Amino acid sequence: MTSEDTATVMADTARAPARATPLHAPIGLLAELTHRCPLGCPYCSNPVALEGRADELDTNTWARVLQEAAALGVLQVHLSGGEPAARRDLPAITAAAHAAGLYTNLITSGVGLTATTLEALAEAGLDHVQVSIQDFAPQSADHIAGYKGAFARKTALAADVIRLGLPLTINAVMHRANIDHIEAMVDLALALGASRVEIAHVQYYGWALKNRAQLMPTREQVSRAAAAVDALRQRHHGRIVIDAVIPDYYARYPKACVGGWGRRSLNVTPSGRVLPCHAAETIPGMTFWSVREHSLAEIWAHSPAFNAFRGTDWMQEPCRSCPRREQDFGGCRCQALALTGDARATDPVCHLSPHHARLAELVAEQENTPYSYRR
Amino acid sequence: MTAPAAPESIPPEARPRLPRGVRLTHSEAQGGWVLLAPERMFRADAIAVAVLERCTGEATFEAIVDDLAATYAAPRERIAADVGTLLRSLADKRLLEL
Repeated sequence: MTSEDTATVMADTARAPARATPLHAPIGLLAELTHRCPLGCPYCSNPVALEGRADELDTNTWARVLQEAAALGVLQVHLSGGEPAARRDLPAITAAAHAAGLYTNLITSGVGLTATTLEALAEAGLDHVQVSIQDFAPQSADHIAGYKGAFARKTALAADVIRLGLPLTINAVMHRANIDHIEAMVDLALALGASRVEIAHVQYYGWALKNRAQLMPTREQVSRAAAAVDALRQRHHGRIVIDAVIPDYYARYPKACVGGWGRRSLNVTPSGRVLPCHAAETIPGMTFWSVREHSLAEIWAHSPAFNAFRGTDWMQEPCRSCPRREQDFGGCRCQALALTGDARATDPVCHLSPHHARLAELVAEQENTPYSYRR
Repeated sequence: MTAPAAPESIPPEARPRLPRGVRLTHSEAQGGWVLLAPERMFRADAIAVAVLERCTGEATFEAIVDDLAATYAAPRERIAADVGTLLRSLADKRLLEL
């Protein structure tokens, strides 16, 4: 018996052939409870056109969706947004997730979530809290978030999370302005009592695409960041888990976006539309079904959007004959669309893509002009 | 603790337990036992399950090894080494408290 006895599900399912096997049950559900958010982060990956409060699903519908998710095989639900605490019924929704047997993860900006609400969430069965931070120092962090006082509220909330005995992850969102501060950000995460830190490089979808030239790190910064992460992992071995990946535009192979389209996860928007991934609505001609009209099981199995890029039949060259086609599934469909105009193309992050050279041009387009904040 | 060259051994009197936010669950749909953790999941095989079910925070490492050696009629030293390696690796990933 060795440590290999526990292999990650991610690695495990990535090896399983996508075609010719029966439909696998989803593992995770991202519940975007609302698009409302007090922050103005320039790297927000939510769509440019947000869904309004009037269209949001009500508490009972969310409870039903969460029960259906558990019945379908989902194990973890990520309560997200926008800022999920913008919904007053967050404790009720958390309780419903817990009652359904789901592992409940709260993804919060920390702004607008009071200590009292957090206590109610812990009481309701919340399993884990992820708080985002924008930088290690208040002034620069607040500048990036476009919200004065955000940093102080985030660190106060993190302290409440620890006081309540809940596990804490710090999500450090990295880009040109803060990528050289990784060490200080990890130190901050440790000081806040986090058991895990996610070095999350900005992904250029939705609103973030508007700010790509302002946010894109340089190649030198990316190399320094990779070395810094290696050193920090050594230094803090056993104290904090550091999860990090190479930022997309600088990688040689694309990421297996959402673990492969329609293979592992689903995403429910505030109004109830079910997407295979966060940015799927940017792809024209897709039909998304809603939990208002269909059960989650029906949507997982039969929704045209979920079946659009399942397996490998939809692929073009160089993906179609590539030995990695069932490892990375051609990368991200939304990125392929955004950068090549064709959602079926190989994600240009892949060095085998005929559009790969375009990425080098894009990363060179760096501007030090002000951010376009999300308001 | 800074990057130990060799994994630290588990003290016999340690009482390993799953921390809050980590739980072992059986899922028919996912084909077996799964250790659920913050934004991560690990498949647990039958041996890992046998070990983890004993990590209650009450039983000592010594008692867990004795119990497993008796249950599986295996040499105690071998069990102690294997279980120690597994628990240390889980603790390093913050999936277990010692």
